[in-house]
Amino acid sequence: MMKRIFARKRLYTEMSESMQEHLAERTEELVEEGMPREEAERMARREFGNIALMEQRGREAWQWQKLESLLVDIKHICRRLGRSPGFAITVVLTLAIGIGANTAVFSVLNSVLLRPLPYPEPQQLVSLHLNAPGAPGLAEFRSELRLSASMYLTFAAHNRAFQSVGVWMPGTASITGLAQPEQVNTAQISGGVLETLNVPAFAGQWLTAADQDSHGLGRVMLSYGYWQRRFGGDPGVVGRTIKVDSQSRVIAGVMPRGFKVVNYDFDVLVPLAFDTTNEQLAGFSYRGIARLRPGVPLAQADADVASLLNVWMDSWSNGPGSDPHWYLNWKIAPAIQPLKDTVVGGIKTVLWVVMATIGVVMLIACTNVANLLLVRADARQQELAVRSALGAGRWRIARELLLESLTLGLLGGAAGVSVAYAGLRLLTAVGPAELPRLSEISLDGWSIGFTLMLSVLSGLLFGAVPALRYAPSRRHLTLLGGTRTVSVSRERQRGRNLMVVAQVAMALVLLIGAVLMIRTFMAMRTVDPGFSDPASLQVMRLSIPDTLVRDPLTVTRMQNNILDKLTAMPGVSSTGFAASVPMSGAEPAWNNIFVEGKNYEGDNVPMRLFNFVSPGYFHTAGTRMLAGRDFTWAEVYDMRPIGIVSEGLARELWGSPQAAIGKHFREWESMPWHEVIGVVQDVRENGVDQVSPATVYWPSMMQGIYGPGTFDSRRTVYFALRSPRAGTQAFINEMQQAVWSVNANLPVADVSTMQDIYSESMARTSFTLVMLAIAGTMALALGILGIYGVISYAVSQRTREIGIRMALGAKKSELVWMFVRSALVLTGVGAAIGLGAAAGLMRLMQTLLFGISPLDPVTFTAVPVVLIVAAALASYLPARRTTAIDPVEALRAE
Amino acid sequence: MAKNPEHRDLFPGALEIMILQSLRVKPMHGYALVKHIKHVSDDLLQVEEGSLYPALQRMLREGWLESEAGVSAKGRPTRIYRVTDAGVGHLEKEVVSFEKMFSGITRVLAVAGS
Repeated sequence: MMKRIFARKRLYTEMSESMQEHLAERTEELVEEGMPREEAERMARREFGNIALMEQRGREAWQWQKLESLLVDIKHICRRLGRSPGFAITVVLTLAIGIGANTAVFSVLNSVLLRPLPYPEPQQLVSLHLNAPGAPGLAEFRSELRLSASMYLTFAAHNRAFQSVGVWMPGTASITGLAQPEQVNTAQISGGVLETLNVPAFAGQWLTAADQDSHGLGRVMLSYGYWQRRFGGDPGVVGRTIKVDSQSRVIAGVMPRGFKVVNYDFDVLVPLAFDTTNEQLAGFSYRGIARLRPGVPLAQADADVASLLNVWMDSWSNGPGSDPHWYLNWKIAPAIQPLKDTVVGGIKTVLWVVMATIGVVMLIACTNVANLLLVRADARQQELAVRSALGAGRWRIARELLLESLTLGLLGGAAGVSVAYAGLRLLTAVGPAELPRLSEISLDGWSIGFTLMLSVLSGLLFGAVPALRYAPSRRHLTLLGGTRTVSVSRERQRGRNLMVVAQVAMALVLLIGAVLMIRTFMAMRTVDPGFSDPASLQVMRLSIPDTLVRDPLTVTRMQNNILDKLTAMPGVSSTGFAASVPMSGAEPAWNNIFVEGKNYEGDNVPMRLFNFVSPGYFHTAGTRMLAGRDFTWAEVYDMRPIGIVSEGLARELWGSPQAAIGKHFREWESMPWHEVIGVVQDVRENGVDQVSPATVYWPSMMQGIYGPGTFDSRRTVYFALRSPRAGTQAFINEMQQAVWSVNANLPVADVSTMQDIYSESMARTSFTLVMLAIAGTMALALGILGIYGVISYAVSQRTREIGIRMALGAKKSELVWMFVRSALVLTGVGAAIGLGAAAGLMRLMQTLLFGISPLDPVTFTAVPVVLIVAAALASYLPARRTTAIDPVEALRAE
Repeated sequence: MAKNPEHRDLFPGALEIMILQSLRVKPMHGYALVKHIKHVSDDLLQVEEGSLYPALQRMLREGWLESEAGVSAKGRPTRIYRVTDAGVGHLEKEVVSFEKMFSGITRVLAVAGS
């Protein structure tokens, strides 16, 4: 190709050489005939014709005509853009932001929703969801029924649909003997989990069946991250022994970088030790995953598991005297779903909403750019008319206009990639913590492809408007232009008007979405979460494993001791602990309770959420006591049969909080009746947008299941401290020291203020809110700019008409109103269309809304009104310029 | 060269045939070619420079002609065009089809005349 280009240069020179000689010879001839040389030269030239044109024709014989005239066009376009840098920069920046934002959001969407999970043959992976619609009360705190150990053992032994099945649960363990004691996140996995996920070990080997040892002494595996962090990536770590919850465990291997158990980022993999003969039916706390046999559809797997549930009830029991088929009441049914759905979870709607939102902003930006291009094309009307008159084809002019917009689109896209890169970093920083697969988010080939597509599409989109306007018809192209026409042609104004209507409609949809999110957020803020002033409430988690302290009574004493030390810290006004704190996502304890004096024969007793609290916890958390009183330490150590219930539960069982005091209930038949000594307000355990579950609060130490003389203590509890110093590093250090002063082997974990937990539970809403608010603001600004631009252009185009009207006696205020009115009509039409669209689209956002209807009348009234007021202002400013027009000047001009 | 009002457009390919035939007789440079055609046709045919030079380039590209450096009758450097074997082949093919067409036209005209 290069060779051809160089050869061509020579050919061109030879051609002009030929032609020069031709001219010279003809001139000589004429001179010989007696003509003066000067005249002869002129004559020869005239006879010869247009040398430049001939040279071009000659050259064209050699060119790849299409490509090269394209290159020439692009050269012209670049030159022209360079001559109006303001225009070029405005357009490219607008597009860069629009395309960049879209690319960033698309990258997230692609990484989270579209890309397959990072396991081999991920389409075979499923999560074993079970629904239990017949278990009353369960839905208040659980969206599904988790698996029990016996279920897993049944499924693993008898299924026909799966290659492998496993269950797991997140947990924590303290690692001691290395440096400072450290609380790490563990994934407790049964056999079959690693086989299901099927990712080979990075070093060493997988846990084997021998590690699933019911004495709990199996080996462990490390995550890549923990291995790097704690062992500096030492390959000799395999085979070494570490102390997990004070027990020596051999390290079997290290999993590769980025490996997660479903969506859980663990530090240490600990084998679950099931007793294959003595497990019970109950104990629904494990998450099940499985790998389907090739070609087995979900429905078949569902059917398989459904039949296995009968086998499960036939094979296991909850102890002597219990009816294993009682669970038929719960109507347990499998709802097996692709593992990806489990990983992605509820973020799906948010991401699609954000993507759609950003897409609409892009459309609005394109509309604005199209408007700019139209104005520019108007200014070039004369030039285009001249070219058209000289024989430039319609296609040729259209092509050039389109090419110009494509060039702008591509420039914008190129700049957009860097915007997207920055945007992604921002997004991963401010995005909701529950955003899954965060570490997998990246700009990949798909994203770049998407950018390219978007650049081209947007270029075509906003370029098509002026191209269609100017190319197909020469009717409006007059050499003199429209300067003498009285007013701007209706047709030309109509295109611009349509764009304003579209912009207003799109902006309205976005603004309504944003306002609905704001109102959702406000509604959530007004909900009493069941605790007060979260910013001054410090929380930390602490586990006392039975391998460290075997005796439950000692555990309680140790926790009491720690509380005393924490209370003695400066600035601490109150302390307490509970097995779980609201919104922390801890796996809840739950079961049914029986009320004294009520006959439960044949009843399906509702499930209640359980929590276990220390004296002082409610006061510290700011959970109001509605009736009765708190536990005392004396009662805890006496193991008095007492309990506290939530307001909702009290009302349900006994009618009112006051009536509940002194009543009795128990969990199982041989348990002593427990007396209700207090009723506390309802707590939004799963987030302010979820119902408050009916809750029973037990003392943190109770008589064990095996009767008097046995103890049962909560070993993992959240300590809560009320202090204005909450959240400061000094405070956290003092807390750690206070704990270590009781036992130096106790690591603290999950240190945060209640405010952090509270905000995180609302992160999805606030993220959507922020994104929609940004998009809505951009849309409003762009829309107002659009209206301003159109009116101000109309005013400048209609100066003559205004002059005539004024000369004929029109009042200035009437003229201003004329323009404002036209803007209001456009806005009104746009708003009407937007309202219709919003009414349809907001329903899709329903799951993101709280405490507000997707057709909230306040929002649907206020937003259009605001928009119309803004439009009136935006049109009034340029319309006022009419008052400055001097009719004499206007008529005399040109 | 003022436009001759009786001048008619040549049919497509005619210019090429004349250029090829003229150069087949003797390689020439551009100006000589114009003069040659004008002279041989007794001023009946005029070749416009506007058509000639682009046509020469097209024929060079097709490989019917080749060019070499040379000097004009007045001793100035110029390009001398020469017919290639491919050019001769093309010319013969074109002449045959031209003759067919011409005899066809003649017959039609003869019928109209009688």
